[in-house]
Amino acid sequence: MKAVITVTGKDTVGIIADVSAVCSKYNANIVEITQTVLSEYFAMIMLVDISALNSEFASFVDVLASLGQSKNLDIHTMHEDIFNTMHHI
Amino acid sequence: MLNTQDILETIGMIRQENLDIRTITMGISLWDCVSEDPDRLCENIYNKITVTAKDLVAVGGDIEKKYGIPIVNKRVAVTPVSLIGGGCGPEGYLKIAHTLQRAADAIGINFIGGFSALVQKGMTQGARDMISVIPEALAQTNNVCSSVNVASTKAGINMDAIALMGSTIKRAAYLTRDNSSIGCAKLVVFANVPEDNPFMAGAFCGVGEPDAVINVGVSGPGVVASAIKRAGDCDLSELADVIKKTAFKITRVGQLVASEAAERLGVPFGIIDLSLAPTPAVGDSVAYILEEMGLESCGAHGTTAALAMLNDAVKKGGVMASSHVGGLSGAFIPVSEDAGMIAAVERGALTLPKLEAMTAVCSVGLDMIAIPGDTPEAIINGIIADEISIGVVNNKTTAVRVIPAYGLGVGDSVSFGGLLGRAPVMEVNPHSPARLIARGGRVPAPIHSLKN
Repeated sequence: MKAVITVTGKDTVGIIADVSAVCSKYNANIVEITQTVLSEYFAMIMLVDISALNSEFASFVDVLASLGQSKNLDIHTMHEDIFNTMHHI
Repeated sequence: MLNTQDILETIGMIRQENLDIRTITMGISLWDCVSEDPDRLCENIYNKITVTAKDLVAVGGDIEKKYGIPIVNKRVAVTPVSLIGGGCGPEGYLKIAHTLQRAADAIGINFIGGFSALVQKGMTQGARDMISVIPEALAQTNNVCSSVNVASTKAGINMDAIALMGSTIKRAAYLTRDNSSIGCAKLVVFANVPEDNPFMAGAFCGVGEPDAVINVGVSGPGVVASAIKRAGDCDLSELADVIKKTAFKITRVGQLVASEAAERLGVPFGIIDLSLAPTPAVGDSVAYILEEMGLESCGAHGTTAALAMLNDAVKKGGVMASSHVGGLSGAFIPVSEDAGMIAAVERGALTLPKLEAMTAVCSVGLDMIAIPGDTPEAIINGIIADEISIGVVNNKTTAVRVIPAYGLGVGDSVSFGGLLGRAPVMEVNPHSPARLIARGGRVPAPIHSLKN
């Protein structure tokens, strides 16, 4: 079971570190990271394994969203099934 | 395997193009609540709804968080009340309306449908009693929705019932005159009403439905409009393909949410309603789709053609994405709930006769249309009779939800707030159909109803 974390916003030092720290705290294993910086604009898509998550998925979502707010970034965490369902038959 | 493009497309649909799940509606059968004592009946109804749907809002919220897609409404639809109220009399029916409101408050839903009657062929005393208190029920409650099916292709048109609806609508407008005549926004008159429709105000749990069932309505006019825009000046075959592919993606999300909601609530999955349901939010408009297809304004000549193609493509795309499709399934064209429709009316491009023509090729009918408050009952009856005939003859659902806005005339505008939006008051044809309506009786079922 995996989730997709997307992070967008103005590039600053330590974005990946901050998001990774939350993943580690909640026991979400990072499987893949794609990241680009386009003229100071940061965009990252992170695929994490949430099968061994040590809390409810909803609170993991909330913590990442509030991390985003505090760093002025847009962070969305969504279960992979929504993408699989929409784009694969 | 997920690819970046797919992920960004999905997120764009949700964040920029207003993709959402419009409603998870739980149908709840009230057959086992029947009692000859009205108080006991109400107690049974309250208990059945609050026990069966107690987790509906919480589960909806959970799914919303898991997939990151808004689920705008969580609602309940019950067995048509006229069928289970029996001989409880007008006061008994009013009591049931209050009970539905109490139950809706207790479980935190924003609409409860099923204050409904099926009178396409004739009227029981129970149905008559219930219809007689619809205006009071709508005025005294906030979230109870009502519908009356006055015709079907099989049974024909019950003109006596139509005659009753004009005065019912007028009285609902009067009783809620201090609140933009909002009572009328919660009342729909139907032909060929679907029994599994998740959308309000016409939702109820049909007689052939199980004890409880989950029906889901998807949306996404903004997503379709953006896809058409991206497609540029392609020909109509290509355009139909673009719409189909988009409808497929939207519906797949609906199916995912519906399956998960059904499983978590321990209730069977019923259907996905493949409707493009607009909201007053900018960009979330069916009129904008039609304009993006190539019309200067919605309502222009060519609108019916564009809408017919849109409606068909949405169905073709959606039907493969879901295991069961039902409800209304098509494009909705409510005026007050669609920013593009409002603009089209205000620029004089969209009129009532054009809207009536449009309803022949899409789902539902004359929806959320404000007309002058002093429109005579007979003219409202005539509007209903015309619209219902389109449904009966074309073997499809049609409906009327008009608001004779009390004290207002053409040029004024009435605002309901929230999803119900704002409606400019539209001109009606002032010539009277009173003699036709007063003939009463039933319009016989059309010849093609004899299919056996």
